[in-house]
Amino acid sequence: MLVVEKNALSEEIEGYVNKYGKDRSSLLPVLQAIQRKHSYINDFAQQEVARLLDIHPVEVFSVISFYSFLHSKPTGRNIVRLCQTISCDMANKSKVVQAIERELGIKFGETTKDNRITLEFTNCIGMCDQGPAMIVNDRVYTKLDPEKAVNILNEIK
Amino acid sequence: MKTQLENNIIKTERTGPVLFSPYKRGDAIKKAVKQKREDILFEIKDSGLKGRGGAGFPTSTKWMLTAAAKADKKFIVCNADEGEPGTFKDRVLLMEYPQLVFEGMVVGGYTIGAQTGIVYLRAEYEYMFEQLENYLANMREDNLLGENILGTDFSFDISIRLGSGAYVCGEETALIESLEGHRGEPRNRPPFPVNTGYMGYPTSVNNVETLAAVPHIITKGGSWFKKFGTDKSTGSKLFSVSGDCERPGVYELPWGTSINELLEIVGAKNTKAVQVGGASGICVPRSQFDRKLGYEDIPTGGSVIIFNESRNMLHVLKNFMEFFVEESCGQCTPCRIGNIKLLEGVEMIERGEFTFKYINTLKELGRTMQVASKCGLGQSSPNSFISILENFKDEIFHTTGTNGFNGKAGK
Repeated sequence: MLVVEKNALSEEIEGYVNKYGKDRSSLLPVLQAIQRKHSYINDFAQQEVARLLDIHPVEVFSVISFYSFLHSKPTGRNIVRLCQTISCDMANKSKVVQAIERELGIKFGETTKDNRITLEFTNCIGMCDQGPAMIVNDRVYTKLDPEKAVNILNEIK
Repeated sequence: MKTQLENNIIKTERTGPVLFSPYKRGDAIKKAVKQKREDILFEIKDSGLKGRGGAGFPTSTKWMLTAAAKADKKFIVCNADEGEPGTFKDRVLLMEYPQLVFEGMVVGGYTIGAQTGIVYLRAEYEYMFEQLENYLANMREDNLLGENILGTDFSFDISIRLGSGAYVCGEETALIESLEGHRGEPRNRPPFPVNTGYMGYPTSVNNVETLAAVPHIITKGGSWFKKFGTDKSTGSKLFSVSGDCERPGVYELPWGTSINELLEIVGAKNTKAVQVGGASGICVPRSQFDRKLGYEDIPTGGSVIIFNESRNMLHVLKNFMEFFVEESCGQCTPCRIGNIKLLEGVEMIERGEFTFKYINTLKELGRTMQVASKCGLGQSSPNSFISILENFKDEIFHTTGTNGFNGKAGK
């Protein structure tokens, strides 16, 4: 990381800490804000968060590793989370999975080479009456079929 | 709007006996702030309202304990971390009836003497965040929230906090840990959150649906609420119905409805089994469809997943066990290791490489987990393992058709 980049990131994190409060209970909102903007929380960001909230960096990493929506390793610009739980599973989720993997040429758990999309499975997202369902970043798509799912993914930048 | 959903997630008209009955915004707060706290507690007690998240703890007791605790700050937390497979009632309530949930929180805050309410919204529902924040801003404009609500000396405000995708955070002490900025690992109880909760202050953690019932009880009275349901399960319940039926969705039905009646309403045919209470609930076979939904017989948080004749129950069980292996927080050994062992057992059956002796040992392990795990996750995760293997042993162990272990099970 360049020094200028580091400084910019420090400044950004300071902004979040000021917004949510310099307190341990602000840790999740701060991490979520970083994650939303950069799609993952890198080592330097973790150290900065720890410094500003006055906790040990390993505490920050421990929290990131616990929550499935927080990442400490680079991900694609868009994160696609397909529900794998029973109701979506019964609504032919596996056909959707096959179509997506074929179209993008990667497996779930991987990121496309152009860094556009990371595919992940997730547990129940509360769309059981309209499955199969997936979340793309923070937007929900329901009643997927293979064609519809692929069209949605082809449209995102 | 960025969060606009392209599907018919919002239904315009819903009808139901209690929660979906007519309600005018603000009425409950207007009435409550003129009442004494004891009177509200009495009304809630009279209604017999119990926690709708699944555990069924009496709401009046929880509020009474929090109200009785001595501290300069108190909190009321709305648990909107519904992660149980097959549950989506909170999504409907928050999207379509935010007035009920938020006003329930204000009334609760007034009753227990809290100054702050926190909504813990699961990350999967982030698309609602903006809409809910706007709704809270509206309430502040109308003085239903904020300083000196409706000209009284009661001040109360609500903030929304997002989760980050952890099922276990639906457990109240894990939720509090998460709010405090820690890993969502459940605490030992006691002390209970009613005494030592968020930041060590007395905290009442209530389910979305519990809070949504409160405004109706305040405006219409506890005795009105009691008219619905049964003696021990008063009022109504939202059921999130999914799986093999013609009309999946959220239904409000009085407690005491039998599974047969429910299947009729949602248009389910050739039903083989019904999973009540999500992955941590129990699997009810056809022979027991006359059983009633309620705290007396089958208590539930409202998840109903329907399986027809074509479903492979072993595959269903495998899906549930994979869920628990992923979602166990890993803090206590029975849950962390136990769920993995149970999943391995399911995979052995799938491959046909098992002994009945070992399967029985695993059932014993399941029963050990039910008593030895630290929180509800590990205590209830063996439920489906035990109930599916007991109730569907014919299909799983005895037949040699496509559904048994001799056929190709799974995806």
